[in-house]
Order: sequence, then C-alpha cells, then structure tokens
Amino acid sequence: MDNLDALILARIQFAFTVSFHFIFPAFSIGLASYLAVLEGLWLKTGKQLYLDLFKYWLKIFAIAFAMGVVSGIVMSYQFGTNWSVFSDLAGPVIGPLMAYEVLTAFFLEAGFLGVMLFGMERVGRKLHFAATIMVALGTFISAFWILSVNSWMHTPTGYEIGANGQFLPGESWLAIIFNPSFPYRLVHTVLAAYITTAFVVGGVGAWHLLKDRTNPHARKMFSMAMWMATIVVPVQIYAGDMHGLNTLEHQPQKVMAMEGHYQSYPDGAPLYLFGIPNDEEQRLDYAFGIPKLSSLILKHDLDAPLAGLDTIPDDEQPPVAIVFWSFRIMVGLGFAMLGVGLWALLARWRRKLYDWRWLHKVALVMAPSGFVAVIAGWITTEVGRQPYVIYRLMRTADAASPLDAPAIAASLLAFVVVYFAVFGAGVWYILHLMHKPPHAHEKGVKRGDKGPIRTAGITPGPTQDPTDATRRDLSGTKQEPQERP
Amino acid sequence: MSIDLTVVWAFIIAFAVFAYVVMDGFDLGIGILFPTFAVGPERDRAMNSIAPVWDGNETWLVLGGGGLFAAFPLAYAVILPATYPLIIAMLLGLVFRGVAFEYRWRDPGHRRYWDAAFTGGSLVAAMAQGMTLGALLQGVEVVGRSYAGSWFDWLTPYTLLTGLGTVAGYALLGATWLVWKLDGGSQHHARQLGKKAAWATLVLMGGVSLYNVFLNADYAARWLTAPEIYWAAPVPILTAIIAVALIRALSVERHSKPFWLSIALFFFGMAGLGVTMWPYVVPPDLTIWDAAAPKRSQVFMLVGVAITMPLIIAYTAWAYWVFRGKVGHEGYH
Repeated sequence: MDNLDALILARIQFAFTVSFHFIFPAFSIGLASYLAVLEGLWLKTGKQLYLDLFKYWLKIFAIAFAMGVVSGIVMSYQFGTNWSVFSDLAGPVIGPLMAYEVLTAFFLEAGFLGVMLFGMERVGRKLHFAATIMVALGTFISAFWILSVNSWMHTPTGYEIGANGQFLPGESWLAIIFNPSFPYRLVHTVLAAYITTAFVVGGVGAWHLLKDRTNPHARKMFSMAMWMATIVVPVQIYAGDMHGLNTLEHQPQKVMAMEGHYQSYPDGAPLYLFGIPNDEEQRLDYAFGIPKLSSLILKHDLDAPLAGLDTIPDDEQPPVAIVFWSFRIMVGLGFAMLGVGLWALLARWRRKLYDWRWLHKVALVMAPSGFVAVIAGWITTEVGRQPYVIYRLMRTADAASPLDAPAIAASLLAFVVVYFAVFGAGVWYILHLMHKPPHAHEKGVKRGDKGPIRTAGITPGPTQDPTDATRRDLSGTKQEPQERP
Repeated sequence: MSIDLTVVWAFIIAFAVFAYVVMDGFDLGIGILFPTFAVGPERDRAMNSIAPVWDGNETWLVLGGGGLFAAFPLAYAVILPATYPLIIAMLLGLVFRGVAFEYRWRDPGHRRYWDAAFTGGSLVAAMAQGMTLGALLQGVEVVGRSYAGSWFDWLTPYTLLTGLGTVAGYALLGATWLVWKLDGGSQHHARQLGKKAAWATLVLMGGVSLYNVFLNADYAARWLTAPEIYWAAPVPILTAIIAVALIRALSVERHSKPFWLSIALFFFGMAGLGVTMWPYVVPPDLTIWDAAAPKRSQVFMLVGVAITMPLIIAYTAWAYWVFRGKVGHEGYH
C-alpha cells in the first residue's frame, strides 16, 4: 500500500512540475519568434513602432523566460529523483537526445539571451538581431529534441533490449529520433505555442484598444495577433486531426478513451459530444452524440467499424474520464479560437477591426485560452497512454524510484508552495507590465531605475558612437517619457 | 590504439561539472555575499555584473545532469534518489535565485524580499551541491541497480564539511569576480571579503582532504602508497603554491588575477577529487564502466559534443566579451 501511495505522489509531483513548467515554454517559444519578427520588421522598415513593440514584449519575455529556465532545470532532474528505474533502463536511448537538447538548444538560448536583453547598444543592430534569432531558434530546437524524447515514449522504435534489461539504441538513431508520432507531435505542439502566444498578444492588444482605440501600438499588435488566429488556427485543427489519426494507428486505446468508446461499433461509431464516463460499468452514461460521425472523422467512412475498450484488457486501459474531458476542453477551445480568427477576418473586411468592441472583449477573454488548451492537450496524450510510461513496454508503476511516500509528499508540498508563490509573483509582474499601455519610445529591459548594464571599460563598445542619434536613443542615455504623452 | 570512450565521457562530465562549479560558482557566491553589500548602487552593480551571463552559466548544470543521465544512466539513477532531499533543496534554491534576477527590478517595493530570496536561494543551492558531493564521496549503498540506503545517509559531519567548503569556495569565486568587475570602495569591500573567503576555503579544503586521507582506508591508499603517490603528489603541492599566490594577489590586485587563481584552486581541488574517486562514479560499488551507456550512445553523443562544444565555448566567450570591463555606475558615462 505504501508503494502505491508513493507512486501516486510521484505521478502527481511530475504532473504538477511539468504542467507548471510547460506554461512558460508554450509562451516563450511563440514570443521569441514574435520578437524576432518585430525586430526584423524594425530593421527592414525603420519604423519606431516595431522597436517599441519589441521592447514592450521583451520585458515580458525576460520574466517568462526566467520562469521557464528555473522550472525547466527541475524537470531535468525529476527523471532521476522520482523515476530512477526508468532513467536507468531508458537512459541509453533517450539520454543522448536530451544531451543534444542541452548542447544545441539550451546553450544557444542562454548564451545569446544576455545580448538579446541587455546588449543592443553594445553590439549594434544586426548582431543584436542575430542574437534574437538565435534565442528563437534555440526555443525551437529545444522543442524538437524534447518532443522526440516524449514521442519515443509513446511510439518507441529503433531500440533493442539489452541483457541487463536496458533499452539500447539499435542500428540507426534516426529510427529513434523520427519515431512514428514525432513529426505530428512536433507540428501540433509548436503550432500550439504560436497560437498560445498570438492569443496573449491579441488579448493585450484588445485590452488597450478597449481603453483607447486610437493607440497605434495596440492596433498593430492586435492586428498581427488576429492574422495568426485567422491563418494558423485552421492549420492547427488540420494538424491535430492528423495527429489523432496517427494516434489511432499506434495507440488505439487512447483514441477510444478520447471518444468515450467503451464498446466496439462494427458499422459506424458515433461522435459523443457529452457523456459521463463510467469505468466500473464500462459505459458512457447520459451519452449524447452524433451517429457515425466518429467513423467519418477517424476513418473517412460513415460505416467504418471502430473497436472499443471492450477489446482491451481492464489493466491496460487508461482512466477514461480524464482523457475524455481534457480532449473535449482542448477541441472546444480550438474551435472557439477558430471562431475568433474568422470574426477578426470579417471585421477586417468590414474595416472595423479596431472598432468592434465585442470582438475586443471576446479576444480579451480568450487571452489565456491557449494555455488551457495546451495543458488539456498534454493531459489527453499523457493520461491516455497510461498505464504505460513507455508504451506497451514499461509500466509507470515499474518506473518509480525506491523512495518512501513521506519523502515524496514533503517534496511535493514544497514544490506546490514554492511554485504558487514564486510563479504567482512572476505572473503578477507580467500582468502588471501588460496593463501598461504600449507607447512611443518604449524602454527596453533596463536594470531598474539605474539604466542598462554599462561598463566603463578601457575600450568603448564598438557602437557607442555619440553622434548616432538612434543608437544614443537605444543606449538609454536620452531622457525618455515615462508614459505616453 | 583504441580509445576507451567511457573514460572520454568521464572526462567530459568532469569538465561540465568543473565549468558549472566555477561559472555558476561565482554567481552563487555573489548571492551568498549579497547581504554585505550596501543597499542601492553597490548591490545593483554586483547584480548587473552577472545578469547577462548567469543563465548560460547555469546551463552547465543541466549538461552535467543531462550528460550523466545520457552517458552514465545507472549512476544518475542511483545518485539522485540517494541524495533526494539535497537535490530538491538545490532545485528550489535555484528557483528563488533565478527569478530574483528579474523580480527585484520589477518590484522595488519588495526588492529586499527578492534580495533575501537571491541570497537564501544561492546559499541553499551551494550547500546542497557541496553536501551532494560529500554524500557521493563517503559512499552510496547500492543493491542490484538501485539505491539501497536510508533517508538520511547524506547527512553526516563529513557532508556538512563539504557543504561548508563549497559555500566558502563559491564566496571566494564571487568576491574575486567582483574585484575584477567593480572599482572604488566596492572593489575594496570585495577584496576584503575575498581574503576571508580564501582562508575559509583553504581551511575547509584541508579539512576535507585530511578526512579523506585519514578516515577512509580506500582513499588513503590512493594518496599515500607508491606508485600512486608519485602522480597524486603534485596536486597538493600545486594547490599550496596557488593558495599562496592567491592570498598575495588579494592584497594588491585590482583586476582579474585573484579570480583566475581562484579558478586554478578549484581546478586542483577537483583534480584531487578525481584522484580520490577514480575509477568509481558511485563509490564504493559502481565504476564508470559499470554505469556506462552502451557504445552506440557514447559515439552518437560524442559527435554532438565534438561539433557543438567549440561553438558553445566560442559564443559564450563572445557574450562575456560583449559585457567586458568594469560595471558602470548607474549606466551614465
């Protein structure tokens, strides 16, 4: 019994720390790219507006990135602290992929972040832009490797089993890295990060438009965000559908749980819109669905047979209710986002994108929707592969560290208290920054009231030319208005 | 001649740990010394001297952990459960330390709390890292492929000694870094701190060394019997020479010399630990060959290291070069 408690606590701890962590990359992957686009547009057009928006979002990025880093370091050790058996046995296969993530992504992000945040007046515009690109590229490469690891745990390929029970790499690393679910998961997750960021940016733009619809900075960010919603959300729905078909092929019981299909349907399965999953009785109570639609979506044929959980032994079924509901939350939010994107397109066509109050209000309400959808999506896929940690090869129950329940309970409590306090404060500071209207001659990330990091080195920085008005402006030596006049 | 990749990987992990210890060591050291700096410009300048580089420095910890996971998965799977409370404390300490860099500027009304978080987090992380090292050196009980000891094996007088030694050593790195990056009264203050930290580090390093040699028969054999003594002996001798040079430099130097000597001190300290532990990764049971990943994993990662490590070192050096020189006063020059 004690071991069971320890297992549940270890699972709760991992779910808590990884969910909290993923909120920040979901935002910073998209925001890093958005910052690169803004800086690129500034360099191309020379318009101050883009630089202002860059600096506005850079301050928010700095906080989000710091939270992502410190919560991410926790993750890189959680495998060993709480899942040591898994680490020992799977380490030869997934360890190298994670090492590549450190070598090709984490160092890239961290190495160029300092220049991106504080270095514009020291390295010049073009090198600074290069640094921003490197940070954005780093966030993407990081997603590449860690999603390869995660996908391998869902659809393991390219491995051998060693005499000591370890998973060992086979002939080709490509078979491990590009395992069957990886391309779908990568596209779906990275698009999700872009959409999450777009809705945050759109929500902030909408908030400031509601206060002052003439604010040119708010108009620009709102318009850019709504283009993303209009164009990328439909692409994401298609990518999600493809990912679902891939899951049906490789992890059918996850799809059965997502659909609430306890029984098999030999001639066309219904798409349930509502129902209360009842694992004990193995049926969906109060079910309401559209006949045959599930077969149409999953098999592109109204009468295609679909197997249900009745074909799966009880001890290999995931908990249906969690998967069923988290999937509906994700999909529901996805279609709500699609609605916002189409509405914005209509507003643009009728030339009232900046004047349609209800659109702004809805965009404001939808600002956090990406985070909810992303977490719901992860819950769907991770709970849906239970009871396995490596699908069909290693059970979660067999993966845990030899720790006693009180030790894990104590650390879980510490994580909960610290995360809510520390990251709660960080989110508060981000909201505080978002509350300030974006304005002309926006300040960058300055070290408090004391100005940016400067040195009194013997050699002047290469671009500290006092005759260059723009650069002097960037270096923060000119007095700038605190608020928009 | 065939090269033993397991040995190569042991040196790569050792390099990552060394890079982490000296680079994040001075960040954490500044955190530990932070309360001794005057509220206002002095603290701001101390913080600003590391704000652009701390994140890159901390990444070496992820490489150390991730590299251990990849190259010696069994060692990773034994050490982390064995030192569970220390690792959790270290991670939470690093959370507080890391966010303080951003938060203290965002919230002047609560700056002293975030300054306290910066110090507290740095102190806890440093102590936990040092105690983890001690827990490893004193030996970890392994049965089969798992940790088999009890909850508090990591808490002994010896691990407290290694913990304090690490705190003092990081304070030394932090103080000498600030001697390099600051000027005027702040530099004088950093130099005074550096002297105290140097003496504390040397005394605690000596204590740990004596403990290793006299209280552990296995380790004593490595240091005190021939032929091992011939290649082990230069380590303490060079350490002593560097210690003298460091103490002298701290009295007069205005630039980087004490910092480089502190790094040299750490280098020989780690070399000494290497002599003590070799060839074990988890004393007294698991050698590096027991815990090593298969050759395919080693080769695949070695390709990555060979390509990326020169680049990483190059752009990290560039980032340091961009922010070279003394940290300015209030940004107006």
